[in-house]
Amino acid sequence: MTQFIMKEKEDAKEENRSLNEPIKKVSIIISKGSLDGVYPGLIMGNGARMEGIDATLFFTFFGLEAIINKKMDTLKVPTVGNPAMHIPTMLGGLPGMSSFATKKMKAEMEKLDIPPVREFIEMIHDTGADIYACKATVDMFHLNESDFCEQVDGIITVGEFYEKSAGAEIIFT
Amino acid sequence: MSSESKQEKIVELDEDGHLANRDEWTKDLAQDFANLEEVGELTDRHWDVINYIRDEYDKKGDAPSIRKLTKESGVSTKELYKLFPKGPAKKAAKIAGLPKPKGCI
Repeated sequence: MTQFIMKEKEDAKEENRSLNEPIKKVSIIISKGSLDGVYPGLIMGNGARMEGIDATLFFTFFGLEAIINKKMDTLKVPTVGNPAMHIPTMLGGLPGMSSFATKKMKAEMEKLDIPPVREFIEMIHDTGADIYACKATVDMFHLNESDFCEQVDGIITVGEFYEKSAGAEIIFT
Repeated sequence: MSSESKQEKIVELDEDGHLANRDEWTKDLAQDFANLEEVGELTDRHWDVINYIRDEYDKKGDAPSIRKLTKESGVSTKELYKLFPKGPAKKAAKIAGLPKPKGCI
């Protein structure tokens, strides 16, 4: 009869220790341009800084709207294609529905002391977080540095994003 | 370090490491917490924040959000993170003898 004995992992203890270590750094990718697509990343980023965790925010694709000077104050909540809104699709498509939903959501957020996008970006940058725009998207949309709010620390490639994320947890939103 | 804080004293903390019994809070204890949290010597600016959040806590039952704090205490976000590095909301609350703040913002 053969008995199989598995070799015990020598670094198992080491692994366990690193699993319990507090998070020191996060890199948050914001890829959506709707109001409800942008806020989770902003709240997570700000929350990280509040806990003393280093944070880098990387805006890509439509997420860029949140840092474009002319767009960031007018982000909207979509009322079509989101079953969780509980608005029938045909009604959601009516003129004014998105503006109405956006207004309501903004009012609710103000009650919770969640700032509007521009103020939130300023606040997050003041906490010491870095804010970057994705170069591929910037090129695709024919944008340049002057289109962005002043808190943007630079336009960087995906490769540079990974370099800056060394040792960080990467969160995609 | 002041002479009182050199004396042995036992202070009970809650599960988050904040002061369990608010009545035990003193200015010296605040400085002891500040040393523990590596905030260092408390300056007038630190005290502006500490006094403000203690007032707010008495009124509302929770420490204020950072947004409210920076708008009403006259201490900017940048300065706040300099005064209380590595987690201002929690550290300021701890030094002020208050429980860990419940808010997310």
